[in-house]
Amino acid sequence: MCLAIPGKIVQLFPDQPPTAMVDVVGVRRKVDLGLLQDQPPVAGDWVLIHVGFAMSKISEQDANDQMRTLRMLGEAEAAMEEVQGYGLEES
Amino acid sequence: MKFVDEFREPEVITRTAAEIRRLADPNRHYRIMEVCGGHTHAIYRFGLKDLLPPNIELIHGPGCPVCVLPMGRIDDGLSIAEQPDVIFAAFGDMMRVPGTRGSPLEHKARGMDVRIVYSPSDALKLAQTNPDKHVMFFAIGFETTAPSTALTLVRAKNQGVHNFSVFCNHVTIIPAIRAILDSPDMRIDAFIGPGHVSTVIGCRPYEWIAKDEDKPVAVSGFEPLDILQSIVMVLRQLKADEAKIENQYKRVVPWEGNRAALRAMAEVFELRPYFEWRGLGFISQSALRIRDSYAGWDAEQRFHVPGVRVTDPKAAQCGEVLKGVLKPHQCKLFGKECTPEHPIGALMVSSEGSCAAYFNYEHRKTARLTSIESVA
Repeated sequence: MCLAIPGKIVQLFPDQPPTAMVDVVGVRRKVDLGLLQDQPPVAGDWVLIHVGFAMSKISEQDANDQMRTLRMLGEAEAAMEEVQGYGLEES
Repeated sequence: MKFVDEFREPEVITRTAAEIRRLADPNRHYRIMEVCGGHTHAIYRFGLKDLLPPNIELIHGPGCPVCVLPMGRIDDGLSIAEQPDVIFAAFGDMMRVPGTRGSPLEHKARGMDVRIVYSPSDALKLAQTNPDKHVMFFAIGFETTAPSTALTLVRAKNQGVHNFSVFCNHVTIIPAIRAILDSPDMRIDAFIGPGHVSTVIGCRPYEWIAKDEDKPVAVSGFEPLDILQSIVMVLRQLKADEAKIENQYKRVVPWEGNRAALRAMAEVFELRPYFEWRGLGFISQSALRIRDSYAGWDAEQRFHVPGVRVTDPKAAQCGEVLKGVLKPHQCKLFGKECTPEHPIGALMVSSEGSCAAYFNYEHRKTARLTSIESVA
């Protein structure tokens, strides 16, 4: 729940509420963009995701660093489980 | 020290550690609190304590939302879900947290409809796909997760989803820091400020800590170098007899925070007059409740809530550990009755709880060394 998961925006959906498809090391899930409405991201941008919501825009370098930190913390698996769970796919 | 080679830029780590030793006055004992449980986890995982001189003591703060939730709130949430046709939805972190009559997972084994969700918006989706049921989302977290819950409630209202509610346990970090500073048995010299909470609230809310309490704060990232650099920042301030807020995690934390997230929280939540924290007791204006304009989606207004107050098991010293008065291993139950496999207190459940972090890295390391020595 407290994990900040880095992902790359691969596709924007113009629906209301605004969402985007993000890629987190190969896993693609929809995330909510509602908390980034002051600085709307575009495809190709990197974001930090908390509980299914993109919370901040970051650089690609920072995204890579964050993924490495999660691995070093032993949290990468939990992060991937979280991402895979978005959208109730697993339930 | 054995970890240093595994770090990125090991020579920078070594240099930063040397700078810490240079800045630390050997005649002084420093107590630096890392507020966030994520930092506590990183400090143990990376063995950062081994890089610090012995007169720098890191005190683990209250920033683990699962840990600070009093048991009575878990009982209250579960009692709502005992009513017919209610689905209890929560993050996985909550599932093993003990209530008086067991954890949510144990209630599931006894027949309660308990579902893990990874996002509050999925709890809302669960309600939409189960129109004959009521989905209650058991919301926890500091300002990192509160905006997502808020936006989900805005969506529920806009989309007219009426079989959905939130049992709100969101807490705010600033009053907890204030309570710790007001506590007579605590002496803290400086703070390592939380990274992800600060992406939402920014750095301004900490300014009083420097101005009124004369304590340095460095808002920090989670990499080993981030944490060490933050320690350098506060030590430099202490040496210069200064107190200000520094942002070590500028690459992610804007000084002003995330305004859209703050607006969502202001739309849906208001401050509770007071809220009980495990270990810290009742703290005024320290938690969020759902505004009357969203009463239809507030589980506490829709359902009867017993308002259970439970004292922690007497032998467990979660409160003292949460306040930083005791180290995890100084608790009487640590590693004996209370382990990550069989947690008695919540600090053993979450990976960000200081007891679980200490057990997984320090305790197991010591146990390994002891067994090697006994073989030798």
